Amino acid sequence: MLPVAYYVGLSAILFTIGALGVLIRRNSIVIFMSVELMLNAANLAFVAFARAYEAISGQIFVFFVMTVAAAEVAVGLALIVAIFNTKQSIDVDQMNSMKG
Amino acid sequence: MFLSEAASSGPQFFYLVPWIVFIPVIGLLTNILFGARLGEKAIGAIASAAAGLSFVVAVLLMVSLMGHPEGTVVPFLDWITIGELQIDWAFQVDTLSVVMMLVVAGVGTLIHIYAIGYMHEDVRHNDDPRRFRRFFVYLNLFIAAMMILVSSDNYMMLFVGWEGVGLCSYLLIGFWFEKGEKGIGNALAAKKAFITNRVGDFGFILAALTMFGVFRTFRFEEVFAQAPDVATAFPLAILMITLFMLLGVTGKSAQLPLYVWLPDAMAGPTPVSALIHAATMVTAGVYLIARSAPLYVLVPTAQATVAWVGGITALFAATIAVAQFDIKKVLAYSTISQLGFMVAAVGMGAFTAGMFHLVTHAFFKALLFLAAGSVILGMEKGHHHVEHDPALKKKLKGGGHAFDPQDMRNMGGVRTRMKTTFWVYLIGAMALAGIPPLAGFWSKDEILAEANLFLPGVYILLTLAAFFTAFYMGRQVLMVFFGTPRTEPAAHAEENPPIITVPLIILAALSALGGLLNLPGIHTFGHWLEHTIKIEEAVQAIHVGEAAESGFNFVVAGSSVLIALIGVTLAWFFYSRRYRTLQEMPAGKRPDDPLRALLGPVFTLLENKYWVDELYRAVILNPYVSLSRFLAETIDGRFWHDWFHDRVLYNSYQVLTRVLAVQVDLGFIDATANGLGKASQWLAGRLRLLQSGNVRSYALSVFIGVVLILGYLLIMR
Repeated sequence: MLPVAYYVGLSAILFTIGALGVLIRRNSIVIFMSVELMLNAANLAFVAFARAYEAISGQIFVFFVMTVAAAEVAVGLALIVAIFNTKQSIDVDQMNSMKG
Repeated sequence: MFLSEAASSGPQFFYLVPWIVFIPVIGLLTNILFGARLGEKAIGAIASAAAGLSFVVAVLLMVSLMGHPEGTVVPFLDWITIGELQIDWAFQVDTLSVVMMLVVAGVGTLIHIYAIGYMHEDVRHNDDPRRFRRFFVYLNLFIAAMMILVSSDNYMMLFVGWEGVGLCSYLLIGFWFEKGEKGIGNALAAKKAFITNRVGDFGFILAALTMFGVFRTFRFEEVFAQAPDVATAFPLAILMITLFMLLGVTGKSAQLPLYVWLPDAMAGPTPVSALIHAATMVTAGVYLIARSAPLYVLVPTAQATVAWVGGITALFAATIAVAQFDIKKVLAYSTISQLGFMVAAVGMGAFTAGMFHLVTHAFFKALLFLAAGSVILGMEKGHHHVEHDPALKKKLKGGGHAFDPQDMRNMGGVRTRMKTTFWVYLIGAMALAGIPPLAGFWSKDEILAEANLFLPGVYILLTLAAFFTAFYMGRQVLMVFFGTPRTEPAAHAEENPPIITVPLIILAALSALGGLLNLPGIHTFGHWLEHTIKIEEAVQAIHVGEAAESGFNFVVAGSSVLIALIGVTLAWFFYSRRYRTLQEMPAGKRPDDPLRALLGPVFTLLENKYWVDELYRAVILNPYVSLSRFLAETIDGRFWHDWFHDRVLYNSYQVLTRVLAVQVDLGFIDATANGLGKASQWLAGRLRLLQSGNVRSYALSVFIGVVLILGYLLIMR
């Protein structure tokens, strides 16, 4: 059985990629996918520790995260479609009408 | 309580007692609401029926009292409850209050019926038939207020009735408010009555407040129960209560020094003079003292004061009555004098005698006033007749308008023209003069007998008053009814219809037979009142002794009859024999009254009522008016308004507003508000730069924030 550090390391790498994606990319769909990557990195850490400590609660928490992620996807994609309908673009840098 | 007693004896109608107030109220409301459509006859019938039904209730109460002479208190409403002050509207049914109810409702009913006829003529003579309804509304209101007064079980509710009858008196004296001297004479008379009564009422209020201070209650029963103990603890308090109460009595019952309103009150229509200013309202003071008997017997000083006030008033007013020419003024002064008799009686502790005289006086004085009203109407009809007869009109001196139908100098020989009125007047006059066996003789004699025992000084005053009473009544009867007519209207006076004469005949019968109520030796009335006016045996031995109980004092009775006969004979001598010879003198030189020739200035003094009105005007009224004027013009106008308000307040206010506006408002409040505004604007200008609109920079700041927080959590813990 692999030690838990491997899993945590993978989770950290995935999380970093996700965070960098959110911060660097301008396409909102890609940003969205990066957010999913971060969530799943967290999920991986959850199940890894759940198995390591034999605590079922970590695994259950993953289901919650997945449910929330699904809901988020539904809302987020709807928003992106609505934004595309009005702006003909999904570039986040152009969504600056709230500039103070 | 009384359910168990009902089984013991006699029928029970005590629960009916609130109706004695509410039936007249219903009557007056009916007349207010529907009277305009009903017409004179129905208005009069409703008002009379209301008074009559009250009388029926009073009779039922009397019947109930025969079985239960101790009476009862019928609770009705809670009126005021503040802390320990508790005032209820409860009805006191006992022998004393029921006597008053019977008199008020009984005499009141007769006067209501009489007023239907009288006011029909009166409103016609005064050109305002629409006032007919108003008159009966006031009359019913008076009955209701008077019933509240006599049926109350505490001093405060009694005071409500006391003020109520004062109001009705005011309204009815000023009934023809646009008439009288200079068009305001009647209004002034009404005002005088009201204000004079207010002086007395002030005394009543002081008495009531002192009473509450000492007794902590207003209820008769509780006050009287505590009275003996309080009298030993605070004798001065009881003295104050009784003397202040006496002040109230002098106002309402027209005693010295507050009697001056009653003669002027004759400005009201004659039924009013009969009902309010002779038979009922003015006796409220006598009732009050009789009701407060347990207090008065505790303070001999107060008793003596009351008796002396009554005695002096009796003589004082009787002498004035001798020299009056207005038929109603004579009766008014006579009323004051007779009220003096009653007050003297209750002052001496002869409560039964005082109440007995109250009842008989109600009969014969109501009779006399109503009969005088009948004479006045007859004279007005005669005047009317003369005015419409060109041949006779020439003889009318001074034109049509100057004629005064109330001046006895214009009368004479009315006997043959108004037979019924003459006979009833004669009965009333003899009853008042104290000729046996008419009612006045018995009651007056009882008072004289008591006075003879207790206060010889007052006895002499009262006997002299009785002499003058006989004299002025003889004078009046002779001047009005005997001799030859002195004016054409008197020669053509007409008798009135039965609606006026029938009540007179009933009252005449009562005046003749009223003495049967309390014959010496039998004392029906005395025993009847004994149940209510219970004086402690020990006290009674000192101050109170129902003298007449011991027997009939023949010396006193004989001398009073003798004095009355002398008075009448003297009157006959002057006003029948002398008068006839006076008539033969030439018109310019002859004095209008035989006594004027004999007494000269004394007669003028009496005719002008000892100039008491003028004295009051000089001593009280004028200084008061000057003081008011000084206060109004100098203190209020010049000092307070012109200087203090317009100068001091105005200027200091201006200075103050300027300071507030410039220094405080502009300098501080505005500056603070503006400063706050500027500060937030500056801050907002800085903060808005943070909102770049760049989503990724937001994300970066969130990321950095999370890293920092996590870093803090990891490193610091």
